[in-house]
Parts: sequence; structure tokens; C-alpha cells
Amino acid sequence: MNYFKILYNGLVKENPTFVLLLGMCPTLGTTSSAVNGMSMGLATMAVLIASNLIISLIKNLVPDMVRIPSYIVVIASLVTLLQMFMQAYTPEVYKALGLFIPLIVVNCVILGRAEAFAAKHGPGESIFDGIGIGLGFTIALTMLGAIRELLGTGRIFGAELYSETYGMLVFVLAPGAFIALGYLIAIVKKTMKI
Amino acid sequence: MKKLQSTLPNMLLVLTLIAVVAAVALAYVNSITKDPIKENERIALAEGIDAVLNVKGAVVEQTDTIKDEKGKVASIIYHTDNGVAVQAVDHKAFGGDLVVLVGFADDGSIKGYTILETHETPGLGEKAGKWFQADGKGSIIGKQAGSLTVSKDGGDVDAITASTITSRAFLRAVNAAYQTYSEQTMEAIPCE
Amino acid sequence: MAYLLIFFSAIFVNNIVLSQFLGICPFLGVSKKVDTAIGMSAAVAFVLTIATIVTYLIQGLLEAFDLGYLQTIAFILVIAALVQMVEIVLKKVSPALYQALGVFLPLITTNCCILGVAILVAQGTYNSQGLEPDLLSGVVFAVSTAIGFGLALIVFAGIREQLALMPIPEAMKGMPIALVVAGLLAMAFMGFSGVDNGLAAVFGL
Repeated sequence: MNYFKILYNGLVKENPTFVLLLGMCPTLGTTSSAVNGMSMGLATMAVLIASNLIISLIKNLVPDMVRIPSYIVVIASLVTLLQMFMQAYTPEVYKALGLFIPLIVVNCVILGRAEAFAAKHGPGESIFDGIGIGLGFTIALTMLGAIRELLGTGRIFGAELYSETYGMLVFVLAPGAFIALGYLIAIVKKTMKI
Repeated sequence: MKKLQSTLPNMLLVLTLIAVVAAVALAYVNSITKDPIKENERIALAEGIDAVLNVKGAVVEQTDTIKDEKGKVASIIYHTDNGVAVQAVDHKAFGGDLVVLVGFADDGSIKGYTILETHETPGLGEKAGKWFQADGKGSIIGKQAGSLTVSKDGGDVDAITASTITSRAFLRAVNAAYQTYSEQTMEAIPCE
Repeated sequence: MAYLLIFFSAIFVNNIVLSQFLGICPFLGVSKKVDTAIGMSAAVAFVLTIATIVTYLIQGLLEAFDLGYLQTIAFILVIAALVQMVEIVLKKVSPALYQALGVFLPLITTNCCILGVAILVAQGTYNSQGLEPDLLSGVVFAVSTAIGFGLALIVFAGIREQLALMPIPEAMKGMPIALVVAGLLAMAFMGFSGVDNGLAAVFGL
């Protein structure tokens, strides 16, 4: 499998949000604005690339029966590292994402890719799978965040397109998250024919 | 390389090895990020105090912590060279505690405020950070705190659209801050 | 009375799934039939309660040794081990219950509402209605959260059973329409917002 194909696979064919429907909690919980969605996507991507790399390197050292606990320890350590770095160097983002940063550990996308891809492929391919899936996730979250921000507050990435007075508040709130994602998936499915 | 077999010694060895490597890596990164994290918290507080007192580089001269009857921190008073800022909390906000920092002018009117901690609905409760500022729709700047209430409850502050609960909690916290402020400054006067 | 308030607020006002966005994966994944939804809810309630107690005690240990940064890693291992243990014990003690819950147990490790609630309780950042966050109020919060999760899941499964019989446009079939329905359900639950403050006033808190 060449690298381009792996990237395409993660971005479109196995897009974690639109096709695999994994990692729904951060997808809905952190997309109240485009910036928040993008930060969450990038944070997840960083963990995913690192965990894919490490797991593809140690896959032969880990006996099958303790595979899952070992992977979980690797992922949880990476998430904690990320959490500490974010708290130290990007405190604003850290505050905005809150509880959802430690919860990257239980994002099924990461353990899922470790099991389905990194445990069967070499380090190079695994990195590209991490980039592809991670980008797919980031794009999906940024899109959802942008839609919710625009409909809810009239802004995208903080730039005002129309007055907030005409915003539909419900899209910033919980119900709007579900509804926006539902329609977004339907539209993507229809246009991409996947 | 051949995959390791799932024998007991192998499994124990691998798990221990991974755990040790993970713990060492975490401890190392913790030691480098510890200071920046503390520094961030300090800067955030200093910036907050500057913002609410509308000055630059206020120096905190004295900090008093006031606890409620349960021993929880109720409010913190920062006496600076440029005025007094009070941190206060309300426990009945939408998602739990709402912590504000309020700066007071010498006559007891509100100079500025900032929200230090909130668990409100993302994107909605956060509006409180702008709504009550001088250019916001429900400005409380320059008002005399103590009994501020939203217009729905007969007061003269406009509540945030669709977040009356947050607005009420916010005003309660501001009033609590004023309460602490006035008690403290009252005590200070006889010393002169 | 404050405990009653935590109970009510965690189930209706701040429902873990519909307003806090935790535990969405099982909420969307195992809600096609009411039977399986009930099984999943029971399994989650079981693990969530035990996990909250154990992780609360572990947090005390971590803080005593100044190892707060090991929180995530320790908690997820405890939860994974706990799930395994519950599985083994159930198999021995009550094969009937194991038959009913068995398939859901492995899925629970990656259910973020367990880790999420464990972290909230350990940090004391959940809505404790003015009570001091301690083990008792934490457990009340965990149990109520689990009930809230179960309620949302079972109601949602009931709706989806009916939905399966309806003609739906091709592109909206499956997950999209389920998400829209979840959105409407979340909107219904929004009607409870503020009720907890009203109740607090009634109770005189």
C-alpha cells in the first residue's frame, strides 16, 4: 500500500467521523466553535500519530494476551504528556477543552487504529495512517464547529458574518450539536457517495 | 522478528517494562512543565487583577482568604497598590461553581470584572465574560454592587438572552464580592 | 435534601448524554433495541458506581504521594481491570446475569462516561449543589448519572424501534436520522433546565 493511498483512506474512505462513526463524544462536546473543534482534532491527531508509531514499533514485543492493556497504557501516557504540555504552553486551549483532553484516552478512534492498523503494519505506514485518520477527524470537527458557530452566533473562527442577534442559539447548545452532525453526515454521505 | 509468546513471565515482563517507561517519561515531562504551569496560573491571575482594576502591572501587597462555615474558600481579597480586587464564588450556577474576580473603585462602584472559572454550557454561559462589560448589553461597570439583580427580578441589569440562571448566579457572585469588599474596608478604616 | 437535588439534577437537568456529551458511543451504538439498551444501562450503572468509589480512593493515594499526573493512566487501568473482574465474578456467581450483561462489559472500558465521571468526582468539579465534594456525594452523583444514562438510552432505543418502521430518505437512513432524533430528545431535556434551582428554593437550600 503506498502512502498516498493510506492518507486518502483515512481522509475519505474510512473517515472516522463520517464513515466509521467513532469518537462521537469529543465530536459533539468540543465543537461549539470552529477553533475549539480544530484544537480538539489536532490534539487527537497528535496522540494518534504518536500512538500508531509506538505501537507499530513494539507490536512484536507485546504478547497477544496483554495487547489491550499495553496499548491502553501507551495511549494514556501519551494523553497525559499532551495534557501537561498543553497546560504549560497553551493554557487557553487547555481551559476551553477541559475534561475532553483526558478523555482522548477513551476515544475509540485511537485504540481502534492501534488494533486495526498499527498492530499489523510498519512504522512508516502507521504514521501516515495516523496523519490521514487524524486529518479526517480534524476536518470533520472543524466543519461541524464552523457550522455550529455560524448558525449559532453568526461568526466563523470569530470573524463576524452577520449579527449575533439573528443567531440560532440552539446550535451552540446540546440539541444543535446532534442535529447539525446528523445533517452533516447525511450531506457528506450523499455528495461523496460513500 | 518473531512475536513473543503469551507466557506468564513474558506478559509480566512486557507490562512492567511498558509501565516503567511510561512512568519515567511522565515524571520527566512533569518536572519540566511544572514551572511553566505555575507561571501561567500566576500570569492569569495578575492579568485578571490588571484587567478588573483597569491598570497595568498592579502589585499585590496583601492577600486575605475568607472561608465559609464549611471551611471552603469563599472569597479572596487582593489589596494592590492600585485598588482592591475581590474573588468570589456562587455555587448555584448552571453547571456548579461560578468564580468571578471583581475590581472596586474607592467609592465601592465596580471598576471591572472577569470570570475565572465556569462550568456553564460551552459557548453560552461563557458569554457572561463579555455581556456585563462596559460595551456589553448588560453593563454593570460603574454600578454600585451589593443588591444587583436582573430586570426579570425587578433589578436594572439586563440578563443574557436565554441564560437567566447564569446571569443570576453571576450577579450573586458579584454581590458577594462587594459584601466581602465592604466588610474588609470597613475594618480597615478604624486603623487609620 | 441536597442529595436529592444532586440526584434530580444529574438525571434530568445535566443529563450525562444529552447535555454533557459523555457516553455518546454506546448511546448511538447499542440503542437499536430496548432489550439491549436495558442490559447496557445495567452494566454501566454497575461498573460506574464501583469505578467511582475505587478511583476516588486512588486519587487520595496519588495526591498523598504527589503523583497527580498519573491520574489518567491509573484511572483507565483501574476501570479496565474492574471490567475484567466484574466479568469473571459474574461468570462464576451469576451465569444468568452474565448471559444478559456479558457482551456489553468489554465495551464499557472505552465508554467515556465512566472515566469522565471518575475524573469529575476525583477532582470534585461536579455539581455538588453546595455540598462539600466527598465520597458520599460523589457516589450519589455517580449513581444518579448512571440512571440518567440509562433513562436517555432506553427512551432513545424506544424511539429508534419505532423509527425503524418509518420510510426515511436514503441519505438520512441510519445514523443521520438517529442523531436528529437525539437532538430533539436533548431539546426535550432542556425543558428541565433551571428546575434544580427551583427545587433548591422549595427545599429551602
